[in-house]
Amino acid sequence: MGLRLPSKVLEHILSFIDSNEDRNSVSLVCKSWFETERKTRKRVFVGNCYAVSPAAVAKRFPEVRSLTLKGKPHFADYNLVPDGWGGYAWPWIEAMAAKCPSLEEIRLKRMVVTDECLEKIAASFKDFKVLVLTSCEGFSTDGIAAIAATCRNLRVLELRECIVEDLGGDWLSYFPETSTSLVSLDFSCLDSEVKISDLERLVSRSPNLKSLKLNPAVTLDGLVSLLRRAPQLTELGTGSFAAQLKPEAFSKLSEAFSNCKQLQSLSGLWDVLPEYLPALYSVCPGLTSLNLSYATVRMPDLVELLRRCSKLQKLWVMDLIEDKGLEAVASYCKELRELRVFPSAPDLDEANIPLTEQGLVFVSKGCRKLESVLYFCVQFTNAALLTIARKRPNLKCFRLCVIEPFAPDYKTNEPLDKGFKAIAEGCKDLRRLSVSGLLSDKAFKYIGKHAKKVRMLSIAFAGDSDLMLHHLLSGCESLKKLEIRDCPFGDTALLEHAAKLETMRSLWMSSCFVSFGACKLLSQKMPRLNVEVIDEHPPETRPESSPVERIYIYRTVAGPRMDTPEFVWTIHKNPEIGVSHLAIK
Amino acid sequence: MRGVSELEVGKSNLPAESELELGLGLSLGGGAWKERGRILTAKDFPSVGSKRSAESSSHQGASPPRSSQVVGWPPIGLHRMNSLVNNQAMKAARAEEGDGEKKVVKNDELKDVSMKVNAKVQGLGFVKVNMDGVGIGRKVDMRAHSSYENLAQTLEEMFFGMTGTTCREKVKPLRLLDGSSDFVLTYEDKEGDWMLVGDVPWRMFINSVKRLRIMGTSEASGLAPRRQEQKDRQRNNPV
Repeated sequence: MGLRLPSKVLEHILSFIDSNEDRNSVSLVCKSWFETERKTRKRVFVGNCYAVSPAAVAKRFPEVRSLTLKGKPHFADYNLVPDGWGGYAWPWIEAMAAKCPSLEEIRLKRMVVTDECLEKIAASFKDFKVLVLTSCEGFSTDGIAAIAATCRNLRVLELRECIVEDLGGDWLSYFPETSTSLVSLDFSCLDSEVKISDLERLVSRSPNLKSLKLNPAVTLDGLVSLLRRAPQLTELGTGSFAAQLKPEAFSKLSEAFSNCKQLQSLSGLWDVLPEYLPALYSVCPGLTSLNLSYATVRMPDLVELLRRCSKLQKLWVMDLIEDKGLEAVASYCKELRELRVFPSAPDLDEANIPLTEQGLVFVSKGCRKLESVLYFCVQFTNAALLTIARKRPNLKCFRLCVIEPFAPDYKTNEPLDKGFKAIAEGCKDLRRLSVSGLLSDKAFKYIGKHAKKVRMLSIAFAGDSDLMLHHLLSGCESLKKLEIRDCPFGDTALLEHAAKLETMRSLWMSSCFVSFGACKLLSQKMPRLNVEVIDEHPPETRPESSPVERIYIYRTVAGPRMDTPEFVWTIHKNPEIGVSHLAIK
Repeated sequence: MRGVSELEVGKSNLPAESELELGLGLSLGGGAWKERGRILTAKDFPSVGSKRSAESSSHQGASPPRSSQVVGWPPIGLHRMNSLVNNQAMKAARAEEGDGEKKVVKNDELKDVSMKVNAKVQGLGFVKVNMDGVGIGRKVDMRAHSSYENLAQTLEEMFFGMTGTTCREKVKPLRLLDGSSDFVLTYEDKEGDWMLVGDVPWRMFINSVKRLRIMGTSEASGLAPRRQEQKDRQRNNPV
């Protein structure tokens, strides 16, 4: 009766299925489908490196070619996760080296990567092609040199916002002298100067190079010489633009840029003097992505640049653009899909920029394709949020950071509940939401009720009580990642919705009111959750009802991890072990 | 809201020792822990909406934390934060030299400044700080400070209060610089030597500091004494 699909046929069918979500579904059909799927999966994504053991992954997917891993919780970006928490790449590299020698691509985010790891990668994977490290730390330029020297087929080497122990610019000279297969090189986060002649020669012998992101140590002269050698670039991250303005320098730069006819993405531009911006005018009409978020250029100069960028889809900029500048963007950049506006002053006290909610309203009205927003602003209004929601129901990602904590609608003095309600209700495809400003529990009732597709939610300084968490955990069906800081609730809602936590990737709560007792209970009752208490003081030395500093809860099939530092406490699953030995260090 | 389907919070399921109170309005333990549960509320911040004229009143004893003093707020990544701080340092440097908007600076001078600035971006501006007896280390941005006093104040705030909250009221100040407390502030310089903080000019210090450590005074006796008349403390390192 049962027709069995020959595995070769199934394999062929599966070769058309790329999406991992689909493949996950396929693998649940029956054992033989599971087997065929696992043997044919080429790209593996692990959103939390502690959710599953490296050995299990390596064993299950022997043919993996591309591995993507994420380590620390997102709030580590803002210094909320103490150093030494974890996220070590080594066990993964080791496991992969042992079982999956055909691995070609490794992408790591927020992980601790050592030189040893990099050397192991270089030594173990013969056809290694792609290394992308985002927000990683723990390695030095020696490790990079090992990769450069050994991986003969290296195509992509990108260090994005990593913290690297910079031992000098020599690493660049380790690339083989023969022509390289480099397609993308990003060393923008490194500090020290590389020898420009090394870089020039590397670029000259990399005919496939399409993306080059330099570090600030590369001068304008260097940039000119590189552009001359690589006019085929589609993505460029400049070095520092700080240099005395000389007419010949300017015209050389201008000419170099005008020869880059395929440039689509531009970033870097550290310290750019406004006088140099006209050199970029020739590439503006072709740009789809522009990152000016490190360029301390003021509004009039910015607008001169932006009004030429009619094809722009992605714009990152500082609040120096002001409302007026955003109004111009709204009228010139009709293709805009993503806007990020960052603060230009780290301290609120120095902020005196005429950027208000109006800027975002302009862009929402003028840019029909806008779907992703990150906006830092001192204060906001409900009315603006309502307008944004009404005009842009197609928003997928909305991250508003009202810099002043607890700031109400500054015109009506009300909480921003109504505004975020409109966003949650109106933007039906919203996947990512960050809220801020003064918010009561009501806001979260609305979000719980309407934000059915939100997968990631970030909350700070908000809410009144446990109800807030209750609304979110009972309402947001698609919620996968929830991160909360400084909100006045904890235990009850957490325990009530414990089962929900298993449907999510992770929950982070810091400076809230979660007690150690609740953490214990949660951990004991939910075998497939790791409940980590991150607190410098041993929780057992305090009353069980006292709050812990931080908790990080995530689902896992790997059990409690063994690499926790002294300030991370995992609670033993077996209550019979007893209270005094509850924590495993 | 006490409806619990997945979890029984009835006593029969809990180990005898733990008597959990899971009510809303968490009762904090007594004693030292009274302070720890305090999180920042609207009262802690200068009045919202007003411009920064309120800051003159903000430094008297139990001053509320400015939003920039709250750890991790505003939520800007490390690289960007460093860049912002450096921009301010450069602005300040230019202001000091009293130049106008379009001063023509000599090529190497500017290169010098930008190299110095760029040398400090992205990670190097922040140095690690560890305090004896405290498990979690912190990071402090050297570029965001202008003097030893400034730095000491930040460190004192950092290590005597919860991260993310500050409870200066009930706590004995650290007084790291005047030798009167149980702790001294030391640093590791580029050569790997540990020195007492405060001896060299500030600028020289920030260019050579690699790491900071708040050390118990008894341990610090191996370091070069800052003053001839050191007050001898016989206490052990507090834990």
